Amino acid sequence: MNRRNNNIATEGIDYTVIWLYGILVSIGVLCIFMVEYKAGSNWLSTFLGGKANYSKQLIFGGVCALVATFILLTDSKIFTAFANLSYLLGILLMLATFVLGKNINGSRSWIPLVGGFNLQPAELCKIFTSLAIAKFISRQEVDFSNLKSQLIAGVIALTPAALSILQHELGLALVYLSLLIAMFREGLPAQFLIIGSCFGILALATLIVERDALSITLTILAGLIIFLAYRQVRKKQRLITITAILSIWILCVGVQRYVVPYIFNNVLECYQSTRIYSMVGKDYDCSLNKKSNEKVTGKAARKPDDYNVRQSKIAIGSGGFFGRGFLKGTQTRGKYVPEQDTDFIFTSLGEAFGFVGCAVFLGLYLYFLFRIVRIAERQRSTFSRVYAYCVASILFFHIAVNVSMTIGLFPIVGITLPLISYGGSSLLTFTVLIFIMLRLDADRQMVLR
Amino acid sequence: MSAFNQNRSRIVQLIFIGAFVLITLQLINLQVFSTKYKMAADNNAFYRKVIYPDRGIIFDRKKRAILENTISYDLVVIPAESKGTDTLALCALLNIDTATYKKRMRDLIFKNGAVKPSVFEPLLTTENFARLNENMYRFPGFTLSERSVRSYPYDCGAAVLGYTAEVDTGFLRRHKDEGYEMGDYFGTTGLESSYEKVLMGQRGIKRFIRDNKGRIQGPWEKGEFDTAAIAGRNLYSSIDVELQKLGEKLMENKVGSIVAIDPKTGGILCMVSAPTYNPNYLTGNQRKKHLVDMMYFDPRKPLLNRTVSTTYSPGSTFKTLVGIIGMAEGVIDDQMTVSCGGSYLGCGRRMGCHAAGTFTLKPAISKSCNSYFAVAYRRILDNAKVNNRDITLGLFNEYAYSFGLGKKLGVDLPSERMGNIPTAKYYQKIFGKNWQACNIISNSIGQGEITTTLTQLANVMAIIANKGWYYLPHLIDSVEGGDDYEMLARFKVKQRTKNIAESIFEEVHEGMQGTMEFGTGAYAKVPGINVCGKTGTVENAYRGESLKDHAFFGAFAPRENPRIAIAVMCENAGYGATSAAPIASLLIEKYLRDSIAGPERKAKIEQLSNMNLIPPQMKRLMKPEPNTIKKENIKKAIAKN
Repeated sequence: MNRRNNNIATEGIDYTVIWLYGILVSIGVLCIFMVEYKAGSNWLSTFLGGKANYSKQLIFGGVCALVATFILLTDSKIFTAFANLSYLLGILLMLATFVLGKNINGSRSWIPLVGGFNLQPAELCKIFTSLAIAKFISRQEVDFSNLKSQLIAGVIALTPAALSILQHELGLALVYLSLLIAMFREGLPAQFLIIGSCFGILALATLIVERDALSITLTILAGLIIFLAYRQVRKKQRLITITAILSIWILCVGVQRYVVPYIFNNVLECYQSTRIYSMVGKDYDCSLNKKSNEKVTGKAARKPDDYNVRQSKIAIGSGGFFGRGFLKGTQTRGKYVPEQDTDFIFTSLGEAFGFVGCAVFLGLYLYFLFRIVRIAERQRSTFSRVYAYCVASILFFHIAVNVSMTIGLFPIVGITLPLISYGGSSLLTFTVLIFIMLRLDADRQMVLR
Repeated sequence: MSAFNQNRSRIVQLIFIGAFVLITLQLINLQVFSTKYKMAADNNAFYRKVIYPDRGIIFDRKKRAILENTISYDLVVIPAESKGTDTLALCALLNIDTATYKKRMRDLIFKNGAVKPSVFEPLLTTENFARLNENMYRFPGFTLSERSVRSYPYDCGAAVLGYTAEVDTGFLRRHKDEGYEMGDYFGTTGLESSYEKVLMGQRGIKRFIRDNKGRIQGPWEKGEFDTAAIAGRNLYSSIDVELQKLGEKLMENKVGSIVAIDPKTGGILCMVSAPTYNPNYLTGNQRKKHLVDMMYFDPRKPLLNRTVSTTYSPGSTFKTLVGIIGMAEGVIDDQMTVSCGGSYLGCGRRMGCHAAGTFTLKPAISKSCNSYFAVAYRRILDNAKVNNRDITLGLFNEYAYSFGLGKKLGVDLPSERMGNIPTAKYYQKIFGKNWQACNIISNSIGQGEITTTLTQLANVMAIIANKGWYYLPHLIDSVEGGDDYEMLARFKVKQRTKNIAESIFEEVHEGMQGTMEFGTGAYAKVPGINVCGKTGTVENAYRGESLKDHAFFGAFAPRENPRIAIAVMCENAGYGATSAAPIASLLIEKYLRDSIAGPERKAKIEQLSNMNLIPPQMKRLMKPEPNTIKKENIKKAIAKN
């Protein structure tokens, strides 16, 4: 350890990440500018005026730069010290929304602040949860290979997720699931992921394949496996094997025939089910949905259609290989895509710069993610490593889900495109998330447990 | 501890890459391989406004517009965007029921797709337009589109000028690359059809950007890719509209036709087909109904252009030709006489005759002596020098062809018929190898198998007037801005008959002038003008029932310097001298003098115009049918088609 390193705060900071961060935020402001731009208006004056969303985003960027500098100037020990406390604070804030919450776009997850700004605690809670998980796993007495600690880590991650669901923020709730990737790196058995993806595949198959046909297919599959396994397995174990296969079969058919329809009809809201069904090109009958039936109060529930996805796909598809060019996107100018400056910001990029632009953009992001993974792997302290993995997982999940939903690969959930989408909360969250990681990385020579 | 799980870092990276690859594949699918999104985007964002050019105007020979344009409005709909339209209000405004609305919508979507604009209600009345215009905000997806509509300021010339109709799917298929679109109009008949290429002009397209609410944001790319509408070219016709109007007036209550040609140029001065209709009848929003009525229910067949699309036996008018050919071949001369006792008996059959006496060529023409031309015709066919009727008939036909008979003249109107000049082969089939002149002697007086259109006959008159040459009869003299498609070139080529001495024509002129002075055409005299004419009377029958003769009259005037050649034909009018001849004389006077002089002559116009010569078989059909159910059935059948 070098004395000089301790004295100069900028020493050891990964400038590649800062450059990438800067570039991505700039792309974001440009994208919002494309969305907001009106032909003939004096863009320079509106830029400076602070009224339009792109100039607001620029101001947010400035604020974030200040916060980032502040974070870089702190001592990294503070993060380990306050990890649990901050997590507690985050949970409290989320609970507070149920009292103080303001309804924006149908979700009560915002706390109004002075000056017309609103705070979304669920966003901030991502940071706190990441810190808390890092703290928990890095504790000397925790052996992450045993089930108990895995369960505790799961609870830490899923508590804010549950609260988010109660706030009708399904998208944010899903983000916390991405922390499983970080836990996987730390030794979470792969079975969890495998069983999880099996369930996903089964659910998807339920949507696509007709109900009875799928049951029959599963039965035939089970029979075939039993037939093949019968000779292979020794006599003593036959009974156990067959029982195991049969119970898996019952589980699968049960999931397919009852659990999945139950989730769609009773757990999810009508619009959510519709979005998921529309992804595979099917119509969901809202009259089956319990929640929508409860809501019927004289007024017929408006049938939500797949307008958003369709327009979003049209906008991206119309970009073609090279795109229509900066500010020349007809769909962007015509405001055909709803929520285009926040959740659907990717469409403006896709339309203006085409496949080439998208590929470059995604390449940039992938490089960013790999950079973070590389940073994580070079940490000496478990805390820093787990935290960096949490950052990578959250960023990855955001990007993958956001882009996927704009191109029709994932049902629409309210998840922003990190650093690009318009919105102070989102930008600030990711800034803090990334710069804490940079601070930790700068101090990687120090062993923080 | 961390070293234990180090390989999982690779797996995490693989998961990242996997997701990004999946996204990239879908992006390739959306952006590179599928074109439908680009089209959908264009449909979203572009509002294509079609700028209809004005069709070309047609002027008469004195530069009066006889076919021009006025403005009308179409109600246009993009079915995909019409959700939320106040259907009930719209139906009430248009006076249709919702079932009709739905049916029309379905048909439009079926024909033209849901995202392209289609005409919902064409050619709104001014009243409907005003009411709709106020309420357009209630009908998203609907727009009012201005278009120019044809109008015929003189209410005449229907058969000549023709009409336009909306293109149908069949037409679009046949004219794929000519830039037509659903809702366009094209010339269906008459000059509108013949000169469609130059009259139609070029549609212009303006593209506007619009937003998600359908509001226009401004022109796309500052209008760089817009195309301007290019108006159709104007046509200058040889028609004299006053003559045309007079002709139509004179032909009221008659079935027949008139063609008058300027022999010097071949330009058609007037072309009347009776019964006719007011061409403006086929322009308003009732045009379809009117068209169906006239096409299927009117027994008078007003849409038929009887000047070029009907063929008749030419009757005695043809005798002039027989005389000319006989003289040209040298089988008869001006000294030859034929005496006639009231009928021609040379072929064993009696062939009746109007006049008795002894005739040379001139009086034979004047008095229309059948016997003389029977003899002449036989001499042509039985020419001792050739001694082969197949050859002599061929020779005769060559003369006839050179007079523009037996083939399409090439008038600039669609659906011209060619008439018939029968050949030796044809007679061999009927009468065997050794057919005789007597077998076909009826041809000598224009009664047999020979048929011609009236335009051909008028052209024959022009040839006789010119003494052996002509220009193809035509309606259009010039195209404004030049005849780029070479449509008029053939009308500028001087055509000549087979070599015939001028003196022969001189003889015929003499005979034809005699017709007017002391012969069959005395009724057609025009005071102070030397008219040469020839009457014709054609026996005919309809479904076995012998009917009154068709009356023909062919003439040209003045003899010294022919400026008009005319052929008039009144179906079932009886003796040609009382109807066709005076009509011709009035038209000649009108054209040469520019007006009809004297109260007596003016009274004649009224008298002729009121003369009802509608043949009885047609009158019977015109009577209102008691079984209107039948008509309804036919209407239904048409609607189905």
